[in-house]
Amino acid sequence: MKSWIAFWNILAKDVRSYYLKPPNISWGLLFPLVWITMFFIRSGLGMDKLPDLLPGLVALSILFGTTSVLSVTVTFEKKGRSFERLLLAPIPLGLLMLAKTSGAILFGTINAFVPILVAMLLTDLPTVNWHILISAIVLLAISSTFLGLFIAVSVKEVFEAQTFSNFFRFPMIFLCGLFFPVASLPIFLRPLPYVLPLTYGADILRGSMTGTNIIPLGLNFLVLAGFCAVLFYISLRNINRKWIT
Amino acid sequence: MTKQVSNKTSDNKKSLIDVVRLTKTFEDITAVNDISFSLNQGDIFGFLGPNGAGKTTTINMLTGLSRPNSGTIKVAGLDCDKNPKAAQHLIGIVPDESNLYPELSGFDNLCFCASLYGIHKKERRKRAEELLQTFGLKEAANRKFGGYSKGMKRKLTIAAGIIHRPPILFLDEPTTGIDVASARQIRQLISDLNSDGTTIFLTTHYIEEAERLCNRIAFIVKGRIARIDTFENLMRQTQEQYVVQFSFQEATDKACENILTAFPDLHCQNSPGGVRVKSYHPIRVGPLVRLLEDNGIEVSEARKIHPTLEDVFVKITGIEVGIMKKEKEKMKMGDNA
Repeated sequence: MKSWIAFWNILAKDVRSYYLKPPNISWGLLFPLVWITMFFIRSGLGMDKLPDLLPGLVALSILFGTTSVLSVTVTFEKKGRSFERLLLAPIPLGLLMLAKTSGAILFGTINAFVPILVAMLLTDLPTVNWHILISAIVLLAISSTFLGLFIAVSVKEVFEAQTFSNFFRFPMIFLCGLFFPVASLPIFLRPLPYVLPLTYGADILRGSMTGTNIIPLGLNFLVLAGFCAVLFYISLRNINRKWIT
Repeated sequence: MTKQVSNKTSDNKKSLIDVVRLTKTFEDITAVNDISFSLNQGDIFGFLGPNGAGKTTTINMLTGLSRPNSGTIKVAGLDCDKNPKAAQHLIGIVPDESNLYPELSGFDNLCFCASLYGIHKKERRKRAEELLQTFGLKEAANRKFGGYSKGMKRKLTIAAGIIHRPPILFLDEPTTGIDVASARQIRQLISDLNSDGTTIFLTTHYIEEAERLCNRIAFIVKGRIARIDTFENLMRQTQEQYVVQFSFQEATDKACENILTAFPDLHCQNSPGGVRVKSYHPIRVGPLVRLLEDNGIEVSEARKIHPTLEDVFVKITGIEVGIMKKEKEKMKMGDNA
């Protein structure tokens, strides 16, 4: 019970201090929105084709919503030593890091619904399987958040966190099959998408919205859950090794 | 100098921290080298040493922020080596730099810190208000921590360290880099906390701070404990010394040279604004004043002084306290630049 009081308050503080701040909203929300709109206008497609672009928009909103803040704030708190305060509190490390990441998971999940709501206003979404979509959004938010955590515990400086985030994010966007089918990639690049969590998340999103997934949904969910577990485990191990020296 | 803490002895008191043969290395540097000590209930234990002596590394190991390479730590009987989290609810930590959240107000910072120890909302609000009152920060309760002065930051950091009423409090350089008035207030607060039953582990490079507050003291140099004893026992060995402090109109570094050439039996060291002369025999001030003035050094004051903990520290470690202070202040200024 006592640990859960700490959990809730860490989450509430992070939401207040970081996730509800205008720069975060603009970076996490506007950036993917503007980017996809640009793609949409450039493609010359009509509104009826909006659902085809929606998986990409949702995936980007989650990816940017989760990673952009978490990796920077954890690095910032570590640098300013306020993170030490959390490490010195009598809370199990796993629960502490879950509390630190829950804000990003929530924000990423909420971010994902913004383009969906906009799309619902502009066109019909009759083929959407909502159960699978919501599950995919949550799982993709968790895996992207844990990727942000992995980045945060791998660097020392805030600027390194930003650079390292982009090192993962931008190649992932182009390699995950959202904009170019994996099959159309040069042969030497084709294995790469399968080591990226976004590939599996984007495939579930596509499957849930248009029924055009390439990998079986069950396998997608399984691999994505595996990414979550591995990223979280490596992050905790890194904290134990690097921050509790 | 009056000691703020009554002359306590550590005898017959329950041991709260037991450290046995603790060693910590960072690559090829041994930061803490085979140290052992214990901390008894009610102690203010001073851990004195220059920069890089291993003070903060020791605190980090005792609080679970760092793992020793060898040795054992027991806090209230709990083995912290095997389970560093086990004793964290029993300890409060005030690090050498204020590490609260700059974007939160003083009140919110305290409430947040209380929540980390599982304290319920109503209770943590009450406790935060109580501490803000005690530490004289009530007026600044709703101001952001980032806008506080250094002294205020330090006080709030101490308040955050005791928000959960820990029986043991670790204070790492609590008065370094803050103004004299705030430092004085903080020393009084430390003394009051101890009077209320909190056992305190204090690291400092201010010898006079340890002298005022601590009943047991360890001198740590290059990762090793050079001496550990009660304040009284440490002072006993300097009681037979005679010390005279000479103050000069103008600063000079030639005085000791002149004195030691003419009086090789004396011991002389530079001190702020003058020199300090020591001997195991009574010192005749007249000849010394004449010697100095013959060498163009105008003496403004010569007075007998009682040996201090600083003298003991210098004697045991061979480190000049003035140099130690300057180093620390320079480091702090560098950090703030």
